[in-house]
Amino acid sequence: MIALALPAATTDEGFIAPTIDDTHYPNILPWRGEYGVMFEAGFGKQMALMILSVIIIAAFFLIASRRRQMVPGKLQFLGESAYGFVRNSIGKDIIGGRDFLKYVPWLFTAFFFVLVNNIFGAIPLLQVPTFSHPGSAYGIAAIFFVLWVGIGLKKHGLRYLKLAVVPSGVPWPILIIVVPIEIISNFIVRPVTHSLRLFATMLAGHLIVTLAGSAIAYMVGSGSIFLQGTSVLVLVGFVAMYMLEALIMVLQAYVFTLLAAIYIEGALHADAH
Amino acid sequence: MLNAAIMAAEGTNPLIPNVWEILVTVVGFAVLLFIVIKYVMPAFEKTFAERTEAIEGGIAKAEAAQAEANAALDEYREQLTEARTEANRIREEARAEGAQILADLKARAASESARITEQAQVQIDAERQSALVSLRAEVGTLATDLASRIVGESLADDARSSRVVDRFLADLESSSQSAGAAR
Repeated sequence: MIALALPAATTDEGFIAPTIDDTHYPNILPWRGEYGVMFEAGFGKQMALMILSVIIIAAFFLIASRRRQMVPGKLQFLGESAYGFVRNSIGKDIIGGRDFLKYVPWLFTAFFFVLVNNIFGAIPLLQVPTFSHPGSAYGIAAIFFVLWVGIGLKKHGLRYLKLAVVPSGVPWPILIIVVPIEIISNFIVRPVTHSLRLFATMLAGHLIVTLAGSAIAYMVGSGSIFLQGTSVLVLVGFVAMYMLEALIMVLQAYVFTLLAAIYIEGALHADAH
Repeated sequence: MLNAAIMAAEGTNPLIPNVWEILVTVVGFAVLLFIVIKYVMPAFEKTFAERTEAIEGGIAKAEAAQAEANAALDEYREQLTEARTEANRIREEARAEGAQILADLKARAASESARITEQAQVQIDAERQSALVSLRAEVGTLATDLASRIVGESLADDARSSRVVDRFLADLESSSQSAGAAR
């Protein structure tokens, strides 16, 4: 945030750094007047990409799974590997037991939904990781918050609330301190970090791309040979950051799904923890 | 101050969501989840199950074939051993039978030769006897004839001639006996 604020303070010197507002493009299809940030109405690029991601994922896996062959073709093999990765490496290894299969579709959907939307940020022209907008990150984290709390309540009844916040084997004087910490940690910090982790990494990555891009544009167009030469260094650093960001995009999709699986497992086996 | 700077610079708190974006995300996720539960996951799971079954079935089939082949091999080995034993037994039997036949033949030949020898002996005895008889009769006649020629007197008189012959023969016997004793 400081880094973002600093160039803004130097506006009079010529270079106007892009801000977070610049990651929100004007709506393609505004359908109402302005009601403030939260209710700003209209259909924007980010929403279009979100819908595009649903279409891409659904189409790919429907086609890949349609022709079921004993010996899979390339497409089927790719689809099966992707599905098998989430099913076995995340679902089976984390949740385990007999009923992990029930939660595999949630994890599978989450992983590829987040993955494809993140990768949009690395594709020229699309170039917006959709989860860099907080609404999307809050939305998907909320879905999983409701899911794992629901699983806990369904499995253990109201006793789940006690199981989740009262650790066993702790003497009661310490419980006075521990219980509030557990409540805050499990029911507030957990969903907030689940969403902010995704949102912040995507926003940061996108801002770096935006900053570097506009900086290079400014330097090249400045007419000063010194700045134009420096722009090459910026470009080199930018490409490295771009690669790192691409890695983080994949990693965050994995982390998000892994945490979702861990939360579900925790709710399922609350009595064993 | 920092906050103010951000607000001043950007005008927007980046943490404030847009409700429409939340809506699109949640609905998008729900649609995708529905498709995954309804179509994608059953298809993949079915393929996995079928593949597992096919592989396990193939392994079971191969194991069955292997067991069958082993059983057949054992059976053939057993049959071979049996056949060898049978052949040995037959060979032994044949050898024993041959020996038996040989012994029989030898015994038969021996008995035959004994029989032939005995027969010949009997025949020789009979012939000797008959020769002896005929000789005795002839010698008597011959001697009488000879003596009557020498003596010139007829020895036709039976009583006399037989007396003479008997005495002659007795002499002959005693002489041949003494000759045998002397020898």
